[in-house]
Amino acid sequence: MTVNQISVFMENTPGQLLEFTKLLEQHNIDLRALSLAEAEDFGILRVIVDDSYKTVRMLKDEGYVCSVTQVLAVEIPDQPGALVKILTVLGDSGVNLEYMYAFLGRKKDSAFMIFRVPDNDYAVKVLREAGIRPIDQEELHQLFA
Amino acid sequence: MSKQYYQPEIECASRQQIRAWQSERLVETVHRVYRDVPYYRDLMDKKGVKPEDIKSVDDLHKLPFLTKDDLREAYPYGLLAKPLSECVRIQSTSGTTGRRVVAFYTQHDIDLWEECCARALVAVGAGKEDVVQVAYGYGLFTGGPGLNGGSHKVGCLTLPMSSGNTERQLQFMTDLGATVLCCTPSYAAYLAESIHERGLRDRIKLKAGIFGAEAWSEEMRRDIQEQLGIKAYDIYGLTEISGPGVSFECEEQTGMHINEDHFIAEIIDPVTGEVLPEGSKGELVFTSITKEAFPLLRYRTRDICVLSTKPCSCGRTHVKMSKPMGRSDDMLIVKGVNVFPSQIEAVLMNKGYPANYQILVTRERNNDKLEVQVEMTSEMFSDTLGHISAREKELVEALKAMLGIYVEVKLVAPKSITRSEGKAVRVIDTRKLY
Repeated sequence: MTVNQISVFMENTPGQLLEFTKLLEQHNIDLRALSLAEAEDFGILRVIVDDSYKTVRMLKDEGYVCSVTQVLAVEIPDQPGALVKILTVLGDSGVNLEYMYAFLGRKKDSAFMIFRVPDNDYAVKVLREAGIRPIDQEELHQLFA
Repeated sequence: MSKQYYQPEIECASRQQIRAWQSERLVETVHRVYRDVPYYRDLMDKKGVKPEDIKSVDDLHKLPFLTKDDLREAYPYGLLAKPLSECVRIQSTSGTTGRRVVAFYTQHDIDLWEECCARALVAVGAGKEDVVQVAYGYGLFTGGPGLNGGSHKVGCLTLPMSSGNTERQLQFMTDLGATVLCCTPSYAAYLAESIHERGLRDRIKLKAGIFGAEAWSEEMRRDIQEQLGIKAYDIYGLTEISGPGVSFECEEQTGMHINEDHFIAEIIDPVTGEVLPEGSKGELVFTSITKEAFPLLRYRTRDICVLSTKPCSCGRTHVKMSKPMGRSDDMLIVKGVNVFPSQIEAVLMNKGYPANYQILVTRERNNDKLEVQVEMTSEMFSDTLGHISAREKELVEALKAMLGIYVEVKLVAPKSITRSEGKAVRVIDTRKLY
């Protein structure tokens, strides 16, 4: 019930992101979602791609430091207040969010939220009890088919 | 400025007289340490030198060198030449683990040291009417105690401020009308800036400053002199030999007169150890010939400089040393604190960081900054900023505990630090020190 996210260490200097995206282009890798967290002198780029395995191998070959993390991806209706419901469920169950970001699929009227939580199994359980089902890697793939 | 000396009969003695003092005191010191200090006896025996071989200062080159490693090996009492019951004080170097040096003083040693500092103060125009603000650190560091004692000897009103607390420094400086400021050149520059920012320039009465314990350029001297409207003088010393006042600048500001009645200076080739003729650039070596508790024979300072006995317009006859022009080892002096790259490396290894790192030393607005660049590794990496920042902070604290100063840590991309073919370039020092 989780999807693969690749996190990449980026120096905070001009052109780093450009170099990264050029590599994706060269290797014909498609980005699904992207978020960037920045500290003073470095950043962490988090991406969801169409082929995680190929991407990680390519990044390692190119000398990047990266890691794969399992994160939750939840479909929500593209309307006001939709996020409130999920955050209420998570908050009431004591699930702490490390970070989150959003992306749009090709599905009309819905958006997708990515959540990074300390314990995926517990978060999936409380979401499912509330009738919310996070999507898995296969479903994510289908979204862009 | 009218010519003033603290001890004119010594400071302006003939070269011949100075040599006579040196020979007599050297012979006495060598005999004494050979008799009383097993460490020296071993060193001299190993080199096949007997006390009788040293008949005058011309025989100095026959003695073995002493290095910081010897001081470490002999720590704490191995080089002590008087019973502890006759010692009244210790001073110590910047407190860097593994490299700590503890020097011992009898009351007589302290008196002579303070006299050296008194000579420096009088040379910059200080007298009984002056108010001397000592903004060097007090404690194990020799800066505060040395100038404080010197100021007492001259009879100046002494403000024992110690370092830091800029607001209080400025308040005392203006309220009590300090006329002579003693501190590190970087702190002097910082105080000058603070005075400028607060519009206090018209309320200060400073006429001179004695700034030592770290390297500073002529450019920095000009800045400080202009901003404070004073004359800024250099002073040199090291804990091992006594502290500040081993040598000091006179009104000429063209080098520091070494107190040769207490310290014999030599310039050697740092590689071969050969003594070089006057005027050559090389490593400065000191022999202390009046110290009771902690006399050092041929101590290698690792400072590179030039000596000159050319007559000085101030009337002093003691040899002048140039400002140090570099080091013959890899020691850095940052914010007045001695830093060895090996110490930084030890902390990195201990915390599991890779061996590839770089040390950057810069000086912005006359303030030193030390940055350590470390390459990110898979083991250190995490998808959350918090984890990485926490590790970074841990490293900053470990470095601070080791070195005693704040070190900025910068995480950089793997392989971004240049790999060199031979010896890695670990230190980039862009300060214009020399």
